[in-house]
Amino acid sequence: MDWGFILSEAFSAAFGPTAAVFALAAIGLNIHFGYTGLLNFGQAGFMAVGAYGLATSVQTYGLSFWTGLGVACCASIVLALLLGIPTLRLRADYLAIATIGASEIIRLTVASDSLLDTFGGSNGRSGFTGTFADLNPFTDSLDLGLFTLRPYTAWVALVGWVLVALACLITWALMRSPWGRVVKSIREDEEAVRSLGKNVFAYKMQSLVLGGLFGSMAGVVFALDRSAIIPSDVATDTTFYAYAVLLLGGAARVFGPVVGSILFYFVLILLGTFFAQATRGDTPLIPDWLMTSQQSAIMRFILLGAIIIVLMVYRPQGIFGDRRELAIDGR
Amino acid sequence: MHVRLIRVLGLLAVIVMGLLSVAGPAVAGSVTSDGAESDEAAETCKTANEGYNICVVLVDQAATTEDFPDGAPIEGVTIVVTNPDGEVAEAVTDATGLAAVAVEVGGPHSVELDPDTLPEGSELSNPDQLRLDDVAMFGFSKTVQFPIGLEERTGTSLFVQFSQLVFTGLKFGLLIALAALGLSLIFGTTGLTNFAHGELVSFGGLLTLTFNVGWGVPLLLAIPLAFVAMLLIGFGQEFAFWRPLRKRGTGNIALMIVSIGLAILLRYAFQYVYGSENQQYDQYVTQTPVDIGPLSLFPKELVIMLICVLVLVGVSLALARTRIGKATRAVADNPALASASGINVNTVIALVWIVGTGLAGLSGALLGLDQGIEFQTGQKILLVIFAAVCLGGLGTIWGAMAGAVMVGLFTELSTLVIPSELKNVGALFLLIVILIIKPQGVFGRRERIG
Repeated sequence: MDWGFILSEAFSAAFGPTAAVFALAAIGLNIHFGYTGLLNFGQAGFMAVGAYGLATSVQTYGLSFWTGLGVACCASIVLALLLGIPTLRLRADYLAIATIGASEIIRLTVASDSLLDTFGGSNGRSGFTGTFADLNPFTDSLDLGLFTLRPYTAWVALVGWVLVALACLITWALMRSPWGRVVKSIREDEEAVRSLGKNVFAYKMQSLVLGGLFGSMAGVVFALDRSAIIPSDVATDTTFYAYAVLLLGGAARVFGPVVGSILFYFVLILLGTFFAQATRGDTPLIPDWLMTSQQSAIMRFILLGAIIIVLMVYRPQGIFGDRRELAIDGR
Repeated sequence: MHVRLIRVLGLLAVIVMGLLSVAGPAVAGSVTSDGAESDEAAETCKTANEGYNICVVLVDQAATTEDFPDGAPIEGVTIVVTNPDGEVAEAVTDATGLAAVAVEVGGPHSVELDPDTLPEGSELSNPDQLRLDDVAMFGFSKTVQFPIGLEERTGTSLFVQFSQLVFTGLKFGLLIALAALGLSLIFGTTGLTNFAHGELVSFGGLLTLTFNVGWGVPLLLAIPLAFVAMLLIGFGQEFAFWRPLRKRGTGNIALMIVSIGLAILLRYAFQYVYGSENQQYDQYVTQTPVDIGPLSLFPKELVIMLICVLVLVGVSLALARTRIGKATRAVADNPALASASGINVNTVIALVWIVGTGLAGLSGALLGLDQGIEFQTGQKILLVIFAAVCLGGLGTIWGAMAGAVMVGLFTELSTLVIPSELKNVGALFLLIVILIIKPQGVFGRRERIG
């Protein structure tokens, strides 16, 4: 059992690209769910259009990296409009079903064999990181004491966390503006806002577009980090990772998703690596009949489920949130 | 007051058991007997290489001789197998037409035939299908077919194709109707959209797998046993989990997120215990298809459909005629009013959880018989179940069943137009379209949903 290794794995997950990806996705969800009260269960769909928007433009159509980024942003806006126009009038639970359905449509479509030439089927897309890797200012591994990041990973992490900081800044500025106050009052009482003459539908749509844009940026960083994107990366579980992050940190708080993501990935990878280590070798700490090394890889998903249940039951407002400010009581 | 319900359910159980025991032996007797050749190939395949094998037997089915009634073997064709990690292994067909490639267990593997090595005059019946993806290993060996010299099946006319799809759609629709009914009843009485319902479907199938394959219980007993176990699990989850949460005053949206957590927890707990391969029961896996009119179908498919219909009719009758059934519909209609008229809402909710879980489990057990079972069987059809329930109207009873059959037919028939791997996309589109134009569903009452 190498505790030093386990800790450095956990720290590099918590401060590396993965946590940044899910912090970004959760900031998007925070705008949807935390501030506007929209129960979007299709954040994985926004991540998918971001990641595939970049990867497909570059690999399939040979466009430049920057055009690819533009395509990723535009695709997420188009998705938000397509999704929002029909579904934003629905009640919370119907909206949840419609959005999860839409994200599955996207996943099944990019995984489809009949579009193999465009999206690469189950092998996905890769080889789109050239321009991005060339811009890398890190020539050596980045040693931060607690953990070390390889040059490319450090570059992705830097970009990811800068995007997170920008997203936080935008969220903070917006939520103290008049726009933010309207959006928050939609969460509290939609009818009251409507009776004041506000166009509720337009505000909801703007919120969906903005949060979706953050989601697609999360998808872009995700694809850059792995240098590839495959359909199973954007399955519905991905959405619920983002929800777990948001609920842990606290919804309707600017830094909730950031702290939630760091903490969530620290705990998840700490336990995941512990189980992996404890089942390795000839005389593993956990006997083979109880857990094999294959089974140890499943533990993190079981933990994900358990964390969501426990949080929702005992502390739905998360670490920083305010229970009165949470749109989970339904109507 | 529950006597009548118990009587109806008891009668139903007797009918189902009777049907199973009558249909069972007949089904068992019809298991392929003329498949000696392929059994032999399967045996050779098992022992061809150490460990696990994927085999291809290439025979020219157009050139049958006395020695080779199935067709002349084709020698010297290269078969390439790629495992999920992208590693490649290959083998060449021998004098009996057999190529065995040693692989790791699991999958999915992709199996490819090198067309350049095919001898002159032998062409694949389907020249486009040089590669088969998603070949999963069930046991020590797996035989993959590349039909050669097979004549175009007589009568794959649009009519035959259409009726086969209608049949498959009807079967799938009836299977999801079992699960949809429970989901709709639970939503109607508690207001909870249960995202863990798919896992209850998997649970039923996996329990059947344990009873049948693990403990050696005959399938005809294992399925009812799994059904009863699922009824108990339904009772357990209501009393140990959902009721305390409702008492705490946890809101419906919060409970919905809890159900997502539960779904993830259960799904991966299943994977932890059962692994990730699609597994088959021990009995009634392969059967000789019987021809009925334009249809060619397995006897077990008919039995599955008959059981579904009987159970659905039984539950409908119980809901329509018995006192507790009427109470259930009253609660689904308006819980506050039902409670005010002296109906014990908690008893009704408990009953709905028990029956709903049992029905979902039965659906999974039968799905397993139809197409094998894995840890994510239920998750894969969850959104189709949602589509069915929304189409019929969330919270309705007859609507859920009708919606399920419609969605089943729609998904299968859509493959006439779109590639079959996208058929669930069709169901999801239907779900979104119905939510947009008629969110209360075809059979639901109009109320505030926006």
